[in-house]
Amino acid sequence: MWAIDTPAFIPLFLVSVLALFTKGYLRGAILLGVIALSGIHLWNVPAGTSVSLSFLGYELTPYKVDKLSLMFGYIFHIAALIGVIYSLHVKDTMQQVAAPLYAGSALGAIFAGDLLTLFVFWELLAITSVFLIWARRTERAYQAGIRYLIVQVMSGVILLGGLIIYYGKTGSLDFGYIGLDGIGSWCIFLAFGIKACFPLLHNWATDSYPEATPTGTVFLSAFTTKVAVYAFARSFPGTELLVFIGAAMTCFPIFFAVIENDLRRVLAYSMINQIGFMICGIGIGTALAVNGAVSHAFNDIIFKGLLFMSMGAVLHVTGRINGSDLGGLYKSMPKTAMLCIVGAASISAFPLFSGFVSKSMVMSAALEEGYHWVWLMLLFASAGVFHHAGIKIPYFAFFAHDSGLRVSEPPKNMLVAMTISAILCITIGVYPGWLYSLLPFDTGYNPYDATHVLAQTQILFFSALAFVWLNLRGLYPPELHSVNLDVDWIYRRFFPRTLKASFSWIWRQDAILRGRVLEQLDNFYNYLARLHYPGSKASQVRPTGNMVMWVAVLLAVYMWLLLSFVN
Amino acid sequence: MATEKQHLFDNPKNVQRILYLLYFCCTVLFILDFVIHRHIVHPWEGLLGFHAVYGFVGCVVLVLVAKWMRTFLMRDEAYYDRTELDPKEIDGGEHVGH
Repeated sequence: MWAIDTPAFIPLFLVSVLALFTKGYLRGAILLGVIALSGIHLWNVPAGTSVSLSFLGYELTPYKVDKLSLMFGYIFHIAALIGVIYSLHVKDTMQQVAAPLYAGSALGAIFAGDLLTLFVFWELLAITSVFLIWARRTERAYQAGIRYLIVQVMSGVILLGGLIIYYGKTGSLDFGYIGLDGIGSWCIFLAFGIKACFPLLHNWATDSYPEATPTGTVFLSAFTTKVAVYAFARSFPGTELLVFIGAAMTCFPIFFAVIENDLRRVLAYSMINQIGFMICGIGIGTALAVNGAVSHAFNDIIFKGLLFMSMGAVLHVTGRINGSDLGGLYKSMPKTAMLCIVGAASISAFPLFSGFVSKSMVMSAALEEGYHWVWLMLLFASAGVFHHAGIKIPYFAFFAHDSGLRVSEPPKNMLVAMTISAILCITIGVYPGWLYSLLPFDTGYNPYDATHVLAQTQILFFSALAFVWLNLRGLYPPELHSVNLDVDWIYRRFFPRTLKASFSWIWRQDAILRGRVLEQLDNFYNYLARLHYPGSKASQVRPTGNMVMWVAVLLAVYMWLLLSFVN
Repeated sequence: MATEKQHLFDNPKNVQRILYLLYFCCTVLFILDFVIHRHIVHPWEGLLGFHAVYGFVGCVVLVLVAKWMRTFLMRDEAYYDRTELDPKEIDGGEHVGH
C-alpha cells in the first residue's frame, strides 16, 4: 500500500482522522510521529515522480514532484512539526484536527500537477484553516473567520473560472508556466494574488490572523500565503508586473505596522512586507531572483513562525497582545524574549541570521537587472522591517516601560518549538549552503561578501539609531488602543452603510408609491360610493310607466323590422 | 515592588551603556565605508555613507509619515465592534489559555 509515489498529503489527512479519535499525549505522539515519518518519506522521493489518472475525460496529475515543489514540501513538513510541538498543550480537538488537515491541503496544493487538483486543495486550504480562527471562540473571531472564508472561497471561485477559460483556450490544465495572456490567465493571476495578499487584496490576512488562537496563527502564517508564492513561482516567473506589485507590497504595510497596537497584527503586516520581497523576486524572474524568492519563503516560514510563536506565548500567558498593555516582560519571560530576538534578527536580515542569506539575493537581482527604483524601495523596506518587526515587536512586548505584569515562561512545548525555530534561523544564517543545495537553480551565490555585509549592517544599525533618536526626542508614536482603518473599512463599514442607506431610500420610495396607489384606490371607492348616495345617478327611482313605454317602443321596432324584410 | 530584585534594565546606567554601544557601532560602521572597497552596481551605492544615511532618513520618514497617517486612519478600539458584535460581547474578546 505504501509506495514512493504516495502523495504527501495522504499521511496528514490520515493523521487528522487519528487525531479525532485520540487525545492527550497519545494524540501528540501520533501527530508528531506521522508528520516526521511523512517528512522522511518525502526526503526519499526523487524529483520527477508523478501520478497521473484520467477523470471524466481529463488527464489529471494529482501528484507531481520536482525540485521547486520538493523544497516547499520540506519546509511545510518542518512548519507542521514545529506547529504541532508548539500546540501540544492544546486540548481542543477542533484545532488538533484542523491543523494537520490544513497542512495536508497545503502539501496537496504544491504537489498538484494540474490546475483542477490545485483548485480542490486551494479551497480545502480555506475551509480547513478557518477553524483555527473560529477556535478562539469569541464573537470577534467568528466574524473575522466568516470574512476570511468569504475572501478565500472567492479566490477559489475566480481560480475555477480562470482555469475553465484557460482550458478552453489552450486545451491544457497543466499547472506549469502560464504567463499573463488572456482572460483565463488573468483570473488565475488574480486568484493567486488574493491569497498572496496583493495590495488592496491583502486585508483578509491582517484582519483574521490576529483573531485566531495563539497556536492557530502559527499554522496560518506558514501555509496559505506561501502556497500562493509557490504558485506564482511556478506559473508566472518573469512577469514584470509582479516586480512592481512586490515592491509596493514591501513598502505600504510597514507604515501600518508602525502605528498598529496589536502585535500579532503588526506581524501580519510584516508578513505581507516579506511576501513582497518574494513576489518581487519572482517577477524579476532570473535564476538568482527566483532562488532568492523561494529561499526567502523557506526562511520566512521559520522566522515569521518564530515571531508569531513568541507573541502567541505572550498572549497565552498574559492574555494580552496590545503593545500598549505589555512591556517589561523580559523580567519574567527571559527565554521567550531571547527567542523572539533571534526571530527579530532573522526577519531583519542581520548577517549570520537566515533572512540575510535569502533576501540579499532578491536585492542583488533587482540591482543587476536594472530595477534601480525598485531596489531603492526594497532597501527602504529592509530598513522599515527592522524598525517595525525587528525592534518594535521585542521592544514593546519585552522591554519599553514596565507594565507590571509578572508571569511565568510559557509551557515547555512552546519553548521547545521556538528553540527549534531559532536554531534553524541561526544554522541557515551561518551555513546557507544546505539551503542553497535545495534551490531550483545553481547560481553559486555567496551572500557573505564585504559589500553585502557592510551595506546591510549599516542600514540596520542606522535604522536602530533612528529608532533611538525618535524615542529620545519623543517623536515616536506611542502605542494606543485604537483601530486603524484599512481596506476592510470598505466592506465592514462603507458597504453596509451604503447598502443600509440605499435600502432605506428604496423603502421610502416604496412607501410613497404605495401611499399614492392607495390614495387613488380610495378615491375610486369614494366615487363608487358617491354614485349610490341618495339623489345621485345610481340611486334614482324610476316609475314603472317608463318601462311600459320602452317595451312598447321595442315591440314597434321589432314589428317594423319584420314587415320590412318579410322575404 | 520594593522587594523585587533589580533587573538588567531597571538600572538606567545599563540602558545608557547599550546606547553607547550602539553609537560606537554606528561610528565604526561609518568609518568602515572609507576602508572597505565595494563592488558597485548602482552609482549611489558608491556615495560615502549612502546606506547609513538612507537607513536613518528612511526610518525617520517612515515613522513621521505613519504618525501623520494616524490623523485620518485612527479610530477608537470599538469602532467595528459596536456595529458587528452583540453589545455584551464588546467588553471581552480576550481569551486566555486553553
